[in-house]
Amino acid sequence: MTASTETRAGVESRARSKSRVRAAKPAVRLGVRMRRNWQLYAMLALPLIWLAIFAYWPMYGVIIAFKDYNVVSGIWGSPWVGFKHFHRFAESYQFWKLIKNTVYLHVYELVATFPLPIILALCLNTVRKKWFSRSAQLITYAPHFISTVVVVGLIVVLTNPNTGVANKFIGLFGFGPVDFMGDAGLFRHVYVWSGAWQTMGFSAIIYLAALTSVPPELHEAAIVDGASRLRRMWHIDLPSIVPVAVILLILNIGSILSVGFEKVLLLQNNLNLDTAEVIDTYVYKIGLASQVPQFSYATAIGLFRSVIGLVLLVLANTFARRFAKSSLW
Amino acid sequence: MSAAGTLPPDETRLGVGAPIQDTRGDKIALACIYTALALFCVSVLYPLVYVISASISNTHKVSAGEVWLWPVGFTLDAYKAIFDYKSIVTGFGNSVYYAVAGAVVATVLTLLAAYPLSRKGLPGKGLIMAAFVFTMMFSGGIIPTYLVVDQLGLLNTRWAMILPAALAVWNVIITRTYFMVTIPEELVEAGKVDGCSDFGFFWRVVLPLSKPIIAVNLLFYAVGQWNSFFNALIYLTNEHLFPLQVILRQILIQSKIDPSQMPDASKLLQLKELQQQLKYSLIVIGMIPPLLVYPFVQKHFVKGAMIGSLKG
Repeated sequence: MTASTETRAGVESRARSKSRVRAAKPAVRLGVRMRRNWQLYAMLALPLIWLAIFAYWPMYGVIIAFKDYNVVSGIWGSPWVGFKHFHRFAESYQFWKLIKNTVYLHVYELVATFPLPIILALCLNTVRKKWFSRSAQLITYAPHFISTVVVVGLIVVLTNPNTGVANKFIGLFGFGPVDFMGDAGLFRHVYVWSGAWQTMGFSAIIYLAALTSVPPELHEAAIVDGASRLRRMWHIDLPSIVPVAVILLILNIGSILSVGFEKVLLLQNNLNLDTAEVIDTYVYKIGLASQVPQFSYATAIGLFRSVIGLVLLVLANTFARRFAKSSLW
Repeated sequence: MSAAGTLPPDETRLGVGAPIQDTRGDKIALACIYTALALFCVSVLYPLVYVISASISNTHKVSAGEVWLWPVGFTLDAYKAIFDYKSIVTGFGNSVYYAVAGAVVATVLTLLAAYPLSRKGLPGKGLIMAAFVFTMMFSGGIIPTYLVVDQLGLLNTRWAMILPAALAVWNVIITRTYFMVTIPEELVEAGKVDGCSDFGFFWRVVLPLSKPIIAVNLLFYAVGQWNSFFNALIYLTNEHLFPLQVILRQILIQSKIDPSQMPDASKLLQLKELQQQLKYSLIVIGMIPPLLVYPFVQKHFVKGAMIGSLKG
């Protein structure tokens, strides 16, 4: 196999990069092909420079997790300290609390909100009246476009114990005002269900897309056989979106330690910090927001989180490939 | 793009002669589905409508709980107070600037990355694609990224808002897939035969054919910039550069009102009185721009997301 082997359908990145390495010897053909495409490479130049600066340079900067970073000596000049910062984190009194809060929040979110867009998409797909499903989609997409700050502002204002309409509403049923924002026990519910409100409609898009590929003949045959609408949803529509659902699930599991960081940070206050402090917000606080920023320690915690995320992603993907016959790569 | 619309009604598919009636169970199921969807739509809309109503109602009526859906005691005082509060006005201006500039820069970069990567037989394409995709799975994290922005001297400049967010790999993938689907290889060959260079082909053929995906990218990046607050939080300390979201956070969530932002003391008193009201009107100001834009572009957006998701 040389570089002259023209691209075959389905040749993937790994194979391609290998063939590129091997092609180093008979470089003539490759050189010619590359020269012929110089304009395409020229187009790629800017994005690649961006990628190098804003994605790969920070990855190099991660080595400060193994050093005692100080501004004067810079990234390379600072002394190596090995796993000191990781040990310190693992032994700190915050460690288990952070892990527990992060995992708990994410798993709750996953279990509670993962099935919702699927149900929504199945329902929307069953609706016959075009105007109805169009307007339902238009309305349910809307919150996705509202910023996190505004959504949290909405929550704060609407659940205000004195003036918020949510408390007025539960007051109608004789329940006393509840301080949703000031109760550590309620933080997770507020976070997860406001998230469901915001993202459910938009997340349904991808499932709706998968549902359009269901051949109508399947439904016709099922109708002739006397299958009810619910049966058809269950036996025809649902299986057709399982592959997409599995992929989204894998991605979700991969990010198990990185919950919606911005929103958690915005929802935090002194009263709910007990359940609302997660790894990412802690990194931000000790790394950037504190008076004495501890760059190396914060980076080490962040790296710990990223690596676990990557490992979980790979594990979930392996499982999915074996048992659900669909995977990311 | 309604998925339901593409499924033809069973009656017509099966022939007019043999219309199949819904059974009683089916009718009940359908009724339940319609009701559930309608309820969900109401629950999505209600908070938004309520906030708009509360923002134009009399402040005492709102705190007394007299406002449920429609405004009571119409007044625009809260909006007037907003325009007196300097940092909200500059924040709004900054946000518009970041959204427009950020969207243009990011869309250009995305198109430049996506087109070559959509072409067959470009040596090294797989490697470059892998370099892009890998950053979705692993990143340096916020501190190393902050240090890079610091070293480039971008802290406290407008560039700090635009450059680090100038490319989303997910958009590159969607855009690339769009090119692979809409620009057939034969077209590229035809262009070559006619002596068209890659630049010329991109400019004269590809771009005119890609209006939907360009719209999707512009909207996506503009909304992202408008809504982003974290980059501003860590990269900016100069309050003249703050985007609206940072100001919103101060007033809405942290309930901080800065007296120096008001021209005179009498207005400040009025502001204190209006504080609760002010929050409602600020929420409206913050959410209206994206909500005004998205219905027009959502068709393209959904189409782009569908193409990307099916073939990506």
